[in-house]
Amino acid sequence: MIPTPTIPQILQVDKPLQMVSGATLPRYELIYETYGELNADASNAILICHALSGDHHVAGVDADGKPGWWDGYIGPGKPIDTDQFFVVCSNNLGGCRGSTGPTSINPDNGRIYGPDFPIVTCRDWVNSQNELRQHLGIEQWAALVGGSMGGMQVLQWAIDYPEKVRHAVVIAAAPKLSAQNIAFNEVARRAIMSDPEFHNGRFIEAGTTPKTGLALARMLGHLTYLSDDMMGNKFGRELREGKLQYNYEVEFQVESYLRYQGEKFATKQNFDANTYLLMTKALDYFDPAAEYEHDLSAALAKATAKFLVVSFTSDWRFSPQRSHEIVKALLDNDADVSYAEVTSEHGHDAFLLPNAHYEGVFRAYMARVAAELPQGDSK
Amino acid sequence: MSHTTTHAISPEFNLISDWISPNSRVLDLGCGDGKLLTHLMKSKQVSGYGMEIDAQKNIAAIQAGINVIHSNLDNHDLTHYFDADSFDFVIMTQALQVVKRPDELLDDMLAIGKQSIITFPNFGHWRMRAQLVLQGRMPETETLPYHWYDTPNIHLCTFNDFEDLCESKGIEVVERAVVNSEHRSTLGMRLLPNLLGEVALYKVQKKRA
Repeated sequence: MIPTPTIPQILQVDKPLQMVSGATLPRYELIYETYGELNADASNAILICHALSGDHHVAGVDADGKPGWWDGYIGPGKPIDTDQFFVVCSNNLGGCRGSTGPTSINPDNGRIYGPDFPIVTCRDWVNSQNELRQHLGIEQWAALVGGSMGGMQVLQWAIDYPEKVRHAVVIAAAPKLSAQNIAFNEVARRAIMSDPEFHNGRFIEAGTTPKTGLALARMLGHLTYLSDDMMGNKFGRELREGKLQYNYEVEFQVESYLRYQGEKFATKQNFDANTYLLMTKALDYFDPAAEYEHDLSAALAKATAKFLVVSFTSDWRFSPQRSHEIVKALLDNDADVSYAEVTSEHGHDAFLLPNAHYEGVFRAYMARVAAELPQGDSK
Repeated sequence: MSHTTTHAISPEFNLISDWISPNSRVLDLGCGDGKLLTHLMKSKQVSGYGMEIDAQKNIAAIQAGINVIHSNLDNHDLTHYFDADSFDFVIMTQALQVVKRPDELLDDMLAIGKQSIITFPNFGHWRMRAQLVLQGRMPETETLPYHWYDTPNIHLCTFNDFEDLCESKGIEVVERAVVNSEHRSTLGMRLLPNLLGEVALYKVQKKRA
């Protein structure tokens, strides 16, 4: 049976968005997809928050035949079972996949936003998604689920709208970026901004894209998603031509792989360079404890959701220790929290990949969320 | 979730339950599939957490509906995660003998909990002694069914050893129950616990200064 292609929908919000930076977005659009059906009392809705380069197409197959980025975990009979849940995923504001962002037209002057798009933060994303929640007639999300940057967004939701979140699933995330995380982001931004094709962010009007810079940024980012062990096992010191060439061409397989990843991102996937800058800045700014004298426990004191926190042993971008900080802050508040530290060699990327322990925990926890739904909703 | 409710609760768990006051805050170390904590939540309306190192049991505990923190008791996670006196009871069933430093873990348990309930197999039981003395071999029994080389039980002790450790640490034994592998107690066990008891349950706390 050929599955029906997923069709994205667009929510037009005419209410201005007051942003954390002080800027105001007079109106904006959010593109989103939904899967499964909302039950009678709208109690089975799950919002998925995407990672840095993700989008609203999280599950199913789109019109181009492309599977969603988390299709392995969302769908009928999968850990997030769309036979039981109504699953929603939107592209973050500032994105480049259909929600208002740097590639959109600025209504103030009719020009492409480009570098003029206001800096977005995690809280702005949550506030804009709250409009989507209201539009869909959902009083409270059964669960919010996100990995990496998406996990941070889930934390922000749980802090800012405690009464709207029943369960919060925070995967491969951190309560804030480390100096090293910020440093990697800064190198990525410098790579983009120093590309001659960047044109101070007005590259679309100049009829070009900073492909080289964006590809470099992606290569760097990609490195932080992989573990040393995994790269060692996958590539080792394997040579592309079988012997050393003593030149600056691609010699080692790992170089070839990274270049391919960078190219694919900058050209085939056509990711917007300004969006990349915005997303990395939003990550850098994320620090919910900052307004609570840097006390994460105090920041999470308002949260009433039940939590599942998951980390991966070889993830050095957001290591298990970073998840321990989240777990500890929740325990300080006597919150309901379960934690799993999944053994994986796949680094930060593991949150997107198959893994028996991860899937078992995820499935078991979502079954608990489903068990709270009114009778007759589950098949 | 039906398998947890229909399953008979072990006599050991019933004994522990008798020692727990209603509405307590409880931490269960090495909580396995969460059966004890689920039982205590129902019978004594306790709240709290389980800790478990095994991935499969971690999944089973989530299935059972308890809060479980996947962690390694050898890493001093207890004092990292919890403040002093966070719990009324810190329970550890049949796990004291598998950790790297039972003495340090005992300190940690009594730092974060007002009282601890600990159960472990008695290496001083006459069958252990007989196997070692008569056969000259490391004992293998129903309670301790491993070979010397593959046993996870790296710190076995007798009841006397445990009580000596408590004494040296200023830990007071509040209650003790000594049972056989069917978790029944006999007069002999009460008279000669270290020789005839197979499993001990202790409730301990720090001696008041």
